Amino acid sequence: MSSAAPARRRAYFLDREDWLGRVMIAPAVIYIAALIGMPFFLALFYSFSNITVGTEELHFVGLKNFRAILDTPGFQVALKNSFIFTFVSQAIVLILAKILALSLVRDFRGKWVVRLLIILPWVAPISLGAIGWLWMLDSIYSIVNWGLRAVGIFGPSTWPIWLGLPKLAMASVIAVHVWRLLPLATIILLAGLTSIPRDIQEAAAADGARFWRQLFEITIPMVLPIMGVAVLFGIVFTFTDMIVIFVLTRGGPFDSTHVLASLAFFTGIEGGDLAEGAAIALFLFPLLVAVAFLMLRLARRSEVT
Amino acid sequence: MATVETIGIRKHFGDVVALDGVDLESKEGEFLVLLGPSGCGKTTLLRIIAGLEQPSAGDVMIGRLVVNHLPPRARHIAMVFQSYALYPHKSVFGNIAFPLKAQGMPKAERAKKVEWAATMFGIERLLGRKPRELSGGERQRVALARAMVREPNVFLLDEPLSNLDAKLRTSARNELLQFQRSVGTTTIYVTHDQVEAMGMGDRIAVMHQGKLRQLGTPQEIYDEPNDTFVAGFLGSPSMNLVEREDVIVGFRPETFLPRALSTAPRNASVRFQVRLLRVESLGSDRLLYGVLRGPSGEQQVIAKLSSTVPLPVHPGETEEFVIATRDLRFFDRDTGLRTQARSFSL
Repeated sequence: MSSAAPARRRAYFLDREDWLGRVMIAPAVIYIAALIGMPFFLALFYSFSNITVGTEELHFVGLKNFRAILDTPGFQVALKNSFIFTFVSQAIVLILAKILALSLVRDFRGKWVVRLLIILPWVAPISLGAIGWLWMLDSIYSIVNWGLRAVGIFGPSTWPIWLGLPKLAMASVIAVHVWRLLPLATIILLAGLTSIPRDIQEAAAADGARFWRQLFEITIPMVLPIMGVAVLFGIVFTFTDMIVIFVLTRGGPFDSTHVLASLAFFTGIEGGDLAEGAAIALFLFPLLVAVAFLMLRLARRSEVT
Repeated sequence: MATVETIGIRKHFGDVVALDGVDLESKEGEFLVLLGPSGCGKTTLLRIIAGLEQPSAGDVMIGRLVVNHLPPRARHIAMVFQSYALYPHKSVFGNIAFPLKAQGMPKAERAKKVEWAATMFGIERLLGRKPRELSGGERQRVALARAMVREPNVFLLDEPLSNLDAKLRTSARNELLQFQRSVGTTTIYVTHDQVEAMGMGDRIAVMHQGKLRQLGTPQEIYDEPNDTFVAGFLGSPSMNLVEREDVIVGFRPETFLPRALSTAPRNASVRFQVRLLRVESLGSDRLLYGVLRGPSGEQQVIAKLSSTVPLPVHPGETEEFVIATRDLRFFDRDTGLRTQARSFSL
């Protein structure tokens, strides 16, 4: 009797779908709460306090941190840079990915090699890739400069310091980021393109559409939902990313390439002012909420149709 | 208006030969049906005529001009696909207007033209809808309207009725035929359905294994098949083919009658002893399954009788069946090709 009772109770518990469901989903909820929810609320809490790396007690200071950062020129630059960094790189990624996907959707010899090369930046660790770029854009050893000089594009007096001048540094950071995000966007778009029935492409050809009309009236509208996913992913990856900037410029020269994520890191962790760092990071929140909202809507729409 | 001609068209995909030298000529304004089992190359031929596929060898001529090098848009053809291939993100109006837009027609004129095409197919009230909100029959009409809106020289239709249910297919067949007669555009229609082919085609081109087996009016193809493939492919049930010595003798089930029902005179007919196995009633007709004994063993034969005549024979018994000599067709046993009428021993 003593052994039968727990067994029966266990079976009874497994049969109760309401409880079983909750138990099964609990690990995911705990994981999200511990690794995303808690840091988020901690950051929220910190941003209204006067905490620094060294303090033992903290006080509630209201909106003081936010007021302080809004007034610093560094923050305003970083905020502006975040948007430039995100939207310029996304626009370039989108156009290049579209071209690449359109060429890769056709059959040609050695296609798998090209595909492999294109996916490579995505599977390589980003910090390694960024360090490679650091050398390629180095002020003395830049293979880009040497190369362009060797083929005669750069004259003897042209020697851009890629990471040393504010505008060039921003352009370099964006270029490296494009290099990094292009593979994923290409693969997503390629999946979208191959999902268009061949009949429809052929119907458009028989209906008299030339390349551009077919591209803008048939192909792009039909991959639009999938393109939306690629763009939203890209925005999240870019907006929250600081690895490329951390490795290439560390926010320099003259703090001209900081984005919100890197500024938050340098202020809060390197600079020790946890409260202000948290306040800066919180500015990422509204845009990410908007993106998450759009993503959920897109997912819902593709579910319905 | 234009005629379509293919000269020695060959097409292979790797080692697979899809078309093996097809010579075909349509007449002005004709409804030409490409008929054959699946995999016979009929759709490939249509796609080559449309310009969606390049022939490995041979020429395609539309309106007496070689169009091999021209892309589909320059051939003045319109194609209706089996799947209809409507643009899912465009409204019915947008779908029908698309070929006109590609032509660069001004907007006002375009709207008028779309209206006209939609009226012709009775889909005016659907113009604002998206393809996914349409039934199968409505989609098919939209596809036809889109194909004909710019008044092409040639219509190419790839099994456009095969996605409709049986009842709808009959009415759609009539509508399509009436419409083709009224516009008089040369039409090439691909199907594997012999009833469709017989009912719709001015002429039928029977294809098999990448070759054109026979081209002729439905009656010619049915009555005077060129070879055993054509004889066996058309008709339901198909022609009885019986081996005798070095010849294959063919006769249609409806010409194969119990002696009591035959009016053929003795000197102009052939008689077979048939052991009747089974009688199948199809409502309007009865099929009589039997075997006849020949020099090389037993062979299956089928006779078809109208249900309106009384059945003078019984399953399980051996009866005498009669065919008029003029209803016999002879084929070479080795090549399967039609040969001269000759005498043979029963």
